[in-house]
Order: sequence, then structure tokens, then C-alpha cells
Amino acid sequence: MTNRQGAAVELTDVTKSFAAHRALDGVNLTVAPGEFIALLGPSGCGKTTALRALAGLESIDSGSIHIDSRDATDHPANKRDLGMVFQSYSLFPHMTAAENVEFGLRMRKVGAADRRRRAAAALEMVGLSGHLERYAHEQSGGQQQRVALARALVTEPRVLLLDEPLSALDAKVRVQLRDEIRRIQTELGITTIFVTHDQEEALAVADRVAVMRDGRIEQIGTPEELYRQPATAFVAQFVGLSNRVDGTIEGETVMVLGQRLPLLRPASTPDGAATVLIRPEDISLSAADSTNTDLLRGRVLSSSFLGSLRRSQIQLPDGTVLAVQHPVRDDPTPGSEVALTLALVAVAVERPQLNSGHPLVV
Amino acid sequence: MTGSSQRGTQRRSLAVSAAPSRLTRGLILGIVGAVFAIPIIAMIEFSFRDGLSGGYTFTHWTGLLDPDSAAKFRSLTTGLTNSLLLAAVTVGVVLLLLLPTMILVQLRFPRLRRVLEFICIIPITVPAIVLVVGLAPVYRFLGGIFGSSIWTLAFAYGITVLPYAYRTLQSNLGALDAITLSEAARSLGASWPNVMWRVLLPNLRRGILAASFISVAVVLGEFTIASLLSRQNLQTAILLISKSDPYVAVIFALLALLLVFLLLLLIGRVGSRRPGAPRRITTRKQTREQTPKPDLTQGVPS
Repeated sequence: MTNRQGAAVELTDVTKSFAAHRALDGVNLTVAPGEFIALLGPSGCGKTTALRALAGLESIDSGSIHIDSRDATDHPANKRDLGMVFQSYSLFPHMTAAENVEFGLRMRKVGAADRRRRAAAALEMVGLSGHLERYAHEQSGGQQQRVALARALVTEPRVLLLDEPLSALDAKVRVQLRDEIRRIQTELGITTIFVTHDQEEALAVADRVAVMRDGRIEQIGTPEELYRQPATAFVAQFVGLSNRVDGTIEGETVMVLGQRLPLLRPASTPDGAATVLIRPEDISLSAADSTNTDLLRGRVLSSSFLGSLRRSQIQLPDGTVLAVQHPVRDDPTPGSEVALTLALVAVAVERPQLNSGHPLVV
Repeated sequence: MTGSSQRGTQRRSLAVSAAPSRLTRGLILGIVGAVFAIPIIAMIEFSFRDGLSGGYTFTHWTGLLDPDSAAKFRSLTTGLTNSLLLAAVTVGVVLLLLLPTMILVQLRFPRLRRVLEFICIIPITVPAIVLVVGLAPVYRFLGGIFGSSIWTLAFAYGITVLPYAYRTLQSNLGALDAITLSEAARSLGASWPNVMWRVLLPNLRRGILAASFISVAVVLGEFTIASLLSRQNLQTAILLISKSDPYVAVIFALLALLLVFLLLLLIGRVGSRRPGAPRRITTRKQTREQTPKPDLTQGVPS
């Protein structure tokens, strides 16, 4: 397989409704050539619909789709030259692995000898060189998805679309294949769009992650940007863990648990009560018997060992329960009293909106 | 460990007790078998009788090969030819009309699946005599267009075989993730004819063959409609000849039965043969490995 540059992809104001349900509500997304983008969101957020619209498997109500700077909005699926791997196993059951991989080449009228050579190379790339003659039912789920990946890549498509390809696999195979997808993607330099509901998966492989909610892209950025500077409370909660604590906004700061913390986005936030989102790793534990009585105190409810770190549930005197992440060597006994300190980092906040039930996200 | 193995044995013994015992099974099989076998044995016995003398003879069977009696069997030959022609046209109607409709409904209009199933099951609930009453004026009209040639009867037979053809095709189609397979093929650059020809039809081979065989079996055994619409097919010919020579009629009925048995046996074979793609294994494997997840391809996609 030759090294090549992927194509740019641009979705502009794309909308799509299913009966009363608005699956896509003005999606704008620009993907640079060779970029690996993850579409992340809870089920029903429109991420799969967005991918299917791009693939041409779903028509759109309005907006436009450009692939390689050409308008592909009305192109049928078989003319878009994209490779796609599906969530459910999609190998043709009556064909061997090699025949499956050759299918796209056959459709492009590639000669038999060339077809066989390229199919073998593609299967070797996904680590299945000895599986040419296997049928789908003779392979494990992970192997089937590898063949599907080889099948999608062998035609050297302009864009690779992955629709939750790992969700049917067990945990270990999932991580393995995930890393391999990333390796192959980097090797080929193919533009890739990866749909997933698993934030860990998205953060681990993607150059940029687009967090979707209710048919819109809520925020798009590098994994670190999403984690450190979530644009909205939804993103703060969906990407990584966050404690929700009541606080009061005062100018560019917020008073929470007796401490004053800077706001992540102060300009858009009027004064008043708000819910503050604090990461478990931004709270530190210390022994309660220290002489400093100004510190926040709480009682340990439980503590779980997570390998490289420990996460404890601490109940404050007012009943609020905080998740705190700390080194493994701190091993608080449940029931004991501990002191807590908040790190001085900017925090995201969420304000309850007065009229509607939806919280105003700032 | 002991707990789980104990539960295992409990479940196994429960499963055994839920199944009928060997004796019950044998009894049921025996009764059902007798119901089918007795008339057939009686027919065989009858075909060897030597008139009312009480002895047995082979003359009725050997008489079939006698060139002199060919004229006597002319109506039978016509009936058999007609029936075979009708079977072929009926299979054509099923494969060219029902199959594409079912695939279209499966891929594009999943909500219509129930409606289609209901429509296809209706003919089994309508007695043939009622069907004929309804069909008579239709055939008077059709006669004006196609003339009164025998093959037009295949339109009526196309309806009577619907329930059988639908069920066999649907059981194959339902086990296939037709939507994902055709989407995968589309994304790989296949046009719709290619999706049909190279992806869907090869995987529906078993259902198509089974539906064809069962349609042939139904058509070869059909009497009521042909008789009431005054057309000649195998069954009406057998009835006709039984009036002049009951032995020959029974022999031909036996041969027709044998043909249908062979066809049904073939249906069974088609399912178990084919080293290429035993679908059953695939589906079992998939259900084991696939975590329970909503099928995004069918409902409202996320």
C-alpha cells in the first residue's frame, strides 16, 4: 500500500430529521487532510447519522457535504470513494476473507492478478496474512473487523469512516485493534472519522474530538483541550469525571466549598448561584489531625484501588459527596476524617436557567 | 465453583424433564407416521390388485410402458406438461415479483414488513373454492387479454403459494443482516444491481431454492382451482383417468407423490449442504460475541 495524502472533508449546516426527531441540527465540521477525528457523544446525539450522511447512506435535509473540496452532497454512496467499517459484522458471508477484500477492487474493475496482490497486502497490513481463505464464520469478531478494515482500505479511499467498529469486541481486543487502527491511519495518512460513545477510545486515538449532543457539535478540539478547557458543562461531564458542587459566581471567580476559584469562561457568566464542575484530580487529601482548622473536612465513605491511582468518595458535613483522585499510597480508611484542598485551577460552571427546565450552559 | 456446577446439573436435568420421553416421542411419531403411511400403502397395494379376483399382478405397472396404451394416457401427458409449465411460471412469478418486493421492504420500508407478512399469509386462510369464486370474473377478463392458455393459471397459483414461498424466503432474509451487507457493498462502490447480484442473491440461495421447490410441490398437487376454472393439469387428468382406469390413476398419483417427496427431500438437502457459507454457525457466533446493543442500522440512527 502506498503512502498517500487523505482528502479534506467539510460538513456545512447539515440537518436531518427522522419523523419528529431532529437527528442533525446544523452540523458544521471541517476535517483537514490526513486528520483523525472522533465524533463522540451519548447514543442518539447524531454522531452515527452524521457519519452515514457523509457516507451517502443517509440523505440530508439541508446543508452541504464537500469531500476533497468538491460538492458530494448529491453523490450516491457508491460514487463517494470512501471506506467504511460498520459496527455490526458486515463481511459477506459467502466470500472468503480475500474475496471480501477484493470486492471493492472488483467493483472498480481491477484485474484479477492485481486484485489478489493488493488484497493479500491489505490483509497483511491488518495482521491476517494467513487468513486469505477463511470465511467470516471461521473467524473471531476481532478478526472479522480486521478483514472489514482491510476491505475498506484496499481501494485506497479518500476518507476512512469508522462507525463504532470496536463496540462489539471484548475489552482487550478492543484496545489492541484501536491502537492498530491508529498505527495504520498514521502510516497511510488517510483522513479518518471515527464514531464512538466511549470517551476513552476517542481521547486515545483522535487528533481532535468533536463532542456531539442533540444533533449539534458541542465542542471540537484536541483531547487535552476538551479535558482542560471544556466549552460547556456537558463536555466537562462527558469527557472525564466531574464533581457537581453548588457555588456562587462573583465576577470572574466562583466561591465554592469555602474557596475562591477562577472561572474558565468568566465573560459569559453573570453573578449568582451555579453548579461548579470540579475534576476529582483537582482535589487533594490530607490527614485531618493537622493543626490547620481552616481546611475543608469530610468523612471517607469508600475508597477504590484503580491500579495507578486511588479514587475515594468523601462526604462533606452538608451531605455533598465528592469523588477525589489521589496517589495509591494514601489509603484512607472508610469512616475516618480527612481534610480536602481544592487546586487553584479554572473551573467550568453550569447555571440553572430560570424559565425552562434546561440548564443554561456557560 | 460447586455452586455453579450444581446449577449446571440442575439446568440439565430440568431440560431433560421438559422434553418428552422416548416412549412419548415414539408414540407421537408412530401415530403421525401411520396417518401419512396408511393411505399410501393402501394405494400401493391397490395398484397391484388383479381386478376383483383377489390376487396380485404387475400388469397395471407394466401396462404403463405398453406403446398401445399411449393414447389412453394422452390426457395425463397433457396434464403433466401443463402442471410443469405452471410450476415453472409460478416459480418465475415468485422470484421476479415476491423476492424483489421482500428485499425492497427489508431494506427500505422495514415498517411494511408486518403488512407484507399479513398479506402473504392471507391465501392460506381463504378456501380454494372461495378463491375461485373471486377469480372467475378476473379470468374472464384475463382471457380477453392473454387468451385461455394454461399458463395464465400461474397468476392464481402465484397467490396460493405466497404463504409457503414467503415463509421460506423470510426465514433466510431475516437471518441475513441485509441492510448492513448492502450498505457495506454500496460503500465499496457497488451499484444496486451489483448489490443484488453479488451480495444479496448468493446469500439468499438457500431460501430461493427452498421457495422454488415448495412452489413446485404446491402447484403439482393443485386440483381445486384448475378443476373449477376448467383447466387441465396433472391432478384433474388423474381424476379424469380414474373414471376409466382407477389403477393407472392411482399409479400416477403415487408417482406424483414420489416427485413431491423428492422435491421436499431436496429442500432439506439444500439447507445442510454447501460448505461455503453455513449461515447458522455465523449467526450463532455473532450472537455470542456481540454485546447487546441497539441495532443502529434499523431504528432511528443515533
